[in-house]
Amino acid sequence: MGLLDKQFNNSNVIITSIDNLLNWARLSSLWGMQFGLACCAIEMMATGASHYDLDRFGIFFRATPRQSDVMIVAGTVTLKMAERIKRLYDQMPEPRYVLSMGSCSNCGGPYWEHGYHVLKGVDRVVPVDVYVPGCPPRPEALIEGLLKLQEKIRSESLVKKSA
Amino acid sequence: MTSQQICEKIRERFGPAIREAKTEGVPNPFVSVAPENLRDISLFLRDEADLACDSLMCLSGVDSGKGMLGAVYHIASTAHRHTVTLKVQVPAEKAEIPSVADIWPAANWHEREAYDLIGITFTGHPDLRRILLPDDWPGHPLRKDFKVPEFYHGMKVPY
Repeated sequence: MGLLDKQFNNSNVIITSIDNLLNWARLSSLWGMQFGLACCAIEMMATGASHYDLDRFGIFFRATPRQSDVMIVAGTVTLKMAERIKRLYDQMPEPRYVLSMGSCSNCGGPYWEHGYHVLKGVDRVVPVDVYVPGCPPRPEALIEGLLKLQEKIRSESLVKKSA
Repeated sequence: MTSQQICEKIRERFGPAIREAKTEGVPNPFVSVAPENLRDISLFLRDEADLACDSLMCLSGVDSGKGMLGAVYHIASTAHRHTVTLKVQVPAEKAEIPSVADIWPAANWHEREAYDLIGITFTGHPDLRRILLPDDWPGHPLRKDFKVPEFYHGMKVPY
């Protein structure tokens, strides 16, 4: 259900629920945290650039966790970086979301067996909302993941936290 | 200069320091030398006018798995366009190799990496700290006998 399904023909009045309004505001300006960890970051940058143009979804990258809504973990999470990721996540204001991009941050990827220095899935340190598979995922796949996240936000409610 | 000629030049000067040399019929000719002579041979390679090896292209750490650790030095001369490969082997329980960081500055970070991952101590290195892994990492992960820790800072490491 969109925000503007009740047309205002005669007066400048919009009727909607608080839930709808807040969710619409949140999902329409998902500011991402600007950091990439490996080759997935290249695809993420391509997604943000003019050809795929994340701006049309209201998504663009901020250089600080304090102004970010969604963290796109794009790449291999080493144990050394995992502690930094946890700290950055803790610095983000709520509501906050995490999108895990690519096999490495989903489950360790090609490093799952012999990667002594790789965290086998970023969900071991921060809660993940959307997993995007691929090695690396194409920009279309990342956009699909972000649309899934928008869908999830759309179903949230003030009184009941979505699962 | 061919690797055979370079090897002969080193042999002339440092005869018994050479432990093994393969310069014919192998894809990568090398000269294996004693660790105590490494610095003298390196200086000789760098400063002798017709050798003039001014560039350390690569320094690798090796765990051969038989209780021996080693380092391999790929050295080149930009003036004469020849290359030479030095090898050094030391026992794992006393893995000490003299540093060449003051002879070729490129060796500085390479030696730190070999120390970090293989655990070779380069004596005389100006700043021998870990370069890739966290400072409190247990052990040297590219050794054959390295065991992956179960947990690191509360994070489970194995899959």
